[in-house]
Amino acid sequence: MAMTDLPLATGVLSIGDLAGNRRRRGRERRVRRFFVAAALTSLVISALIVGSLAVEAGRFVLSVDLSALWTTGWFPREGFFDVKTLITATLIVTAVAMLVAGPIGFATAVYLSEYAGARTRRLLKPVLETLAGVPSVVLGFFALTWISPHIVQWIEPAAPLSNLASAGLGVAILTIPLVASVSEDAMSSVPRSLREAASGLGARRMTTSLRVVVPAAVSGLVAAAILATSRAIGETMVVLIAGGADQAQFTASPFQPSLTMTAAMASLAGGSDAVVGQGNAYQSLFFVGLMLFLITFGLNVAANRIVRRVRQKY
Amino acid sequence: MAVARVLDAGMADRVKVSLTGARDGRGFLFRTLLQLALLLTVVILAALLVQVLTLGWETLATRLGDFLTAESRSRAHEAGVFQGLRGTLWIGVITTLVAFPLGVSAAVYLEEYAPRNRMTAFIELNIRNLAGVPSVVYGILAYTIFVTLLRPVTGGKTALSGALAVAVLVLPVVIITSAEAIRAVPDSLREAGFGVGATRWEVIRSHVLPYAAPGILTGTLLSLGRALGEAAPLILVGAVAGSVGYSGGLLDPGQLREQFTAMPIVIATWSTNARPGFDQITAAAIVVLLVVVLMANAAAIGLRNRFEKKR
Repeated sequence: MAMTDLPLATGVLSIGDLAGNRRRRGRERRVRRFFVAAALTSLVISALIVGSLAVEAGRFVLSVDLSALWTTGWFPREGFFDVKTLITATLIVTAVAMLVAGPIGFATAVYLSEYAGARTRRLLKPVLETLAGVPSVVLGFFALTWISPHIVQWIEPAAPLSNLASAGLGVAILTIPLVASVSEDAMSSVPRSLREAASGLGARRMTTSLRVVVPAAVSGLVAAAILATSRAIGETMVVLIAGGADQAQFTASPFQPSLTMTAAMASLAGGSDAVVGQGNAYQSLFFVGLMLFLITFGLNVAANRIVRRVRQKY
Repeated sequence: MAVARVLDAGMADRVKVSLTGARDGRGFLFRTLLQLALLLTVVILAALLVQVLTLGWETLATRLGDFLTAESRSRAHEAGVFQGLRGTLWIGVITTLVAFPLGVSAAVYLEEYAPRNRMTAFIELNIRNLAGVPSVVYGILAYTIFVTLLRPVTGGKTALSGALAVAVLVLPVVIITSAEAIRAVPDSLREAGFGVGATRWEVIRSHVLPYAAPGILTGTLLSLGRALGEAAPLILVGAVAGSVGYSGGLLDPGQLREQFTAMPIVIATWSTNARPGFDQITAAAIVVLLVVVLMANAAAIGLRNRFEKKR
């Protein structure tokens, strides 16, 4: 465009001249529409998750004899859907996982954030990231062939090879990187001035870490624990491989095989007669799925809320 | 001098100790405990790698070619992972084609276009919550939508349904990591673009995306690693636990509408098989999967470290 064509040169300037080229504006609108659609996909996915769970779960609750939800075990193909078997097993696996992964992950985070020099961090973070990248089937195999005979059966020699404790330890390994990275983020975002103030008062590094940094980051640490719990509850493959059979008698012992909610779903779907729409057994899958979804959803909402509050503070 | 007179001899010693930390026994213990925790993490990773390598070594050393090209069989010394590799390859391809363009676009919308209002906040919250939904639940979604509702398109319990399940599963993670990378682009870059008359899309294409590319790629590779290792949604979608009937080649796209299996499914199935030799071939299959997954992760970590150093 030559200088003389510009409206400025002629002295007359209208809104149309400032609005730009029509072709460019059209493209701009189309691109924007595409991006909006992509962002809305996530809402569609959420709606579909809730919808697909709720419809069949509702049918299950309506069709099943409610006393079948509180019996002596989880035998879906015989019509026994004991919810407490699954919940107890889930709690055992999650508790074992958190008792191990919590302290280890938390200590790792304190060390990385407060003690380690730049060089140590550069060496250690890839280790954690590698551990985070190990697929859960691999940890399932490790739990069954190594943790169970070498650790769990050493503690309790009477335990069978498949048991909830080994599954819990496998899940623990899976959640250590998560606990460590979220806690480290929380502690790293504590302002440096707080540490300097503590040092200025003569506090040692341990005192600074435990009395200043940890309390300042406490909500982030709680969020890390909640996120890890939610992850442990939702973990499937480790528990399916190392935790037990595809139906289970009620047990409250970590040294017995049983089924968590996730493992119950996977074994229903992966069993020899698969998910082929056989009445209640098939629909119980959706019922358990809905329970699992609601529990993890509640935990995630709580954790997100806490994390956001921390961000607003600093 | 006035200070020195106030301090008695014992106090001076205590001050000296606390300044030099020479007798900080508790601090030393604490530090050692932290280091032990870290060491434990490293030891666990090492034990895991040693366990699968020693168990799987014989298979990998004596019949690697056969192991990679044979189908799943009931006798361990004849079984191979070809069908699993084939399925995993196609899951990776579909995930890349579906989740990444969609995820990056959503991230661009959220960071570059979206007004700061309650709707945007709701979408962001929703994405964070989706990232925390257990993978089995995505399996249920995929079963209802892709296997049942969209059967005419996907063909039912096929590789395509499985791959779409995994693509939907990693989508929120792709969005979150891409959004973080885009957020890190300095505003001055955008302003420079707008200043010379570029439209928003032109600024995004020529300034924002190229600058954010390493970050987006890092997140993408990490989620690809996760996608390739997922088993739970595939089980729900109906991945075959044994040998698949379809006998197409590795690169044959026709298998997308056929029954399928994948490396994680092969590993899960073999690992609970108590017959002799199965522990060994499971470990060998794990080594194969780990090589693929950890390569994606290593590429992501390397890429990030390189660009972090540059900026």
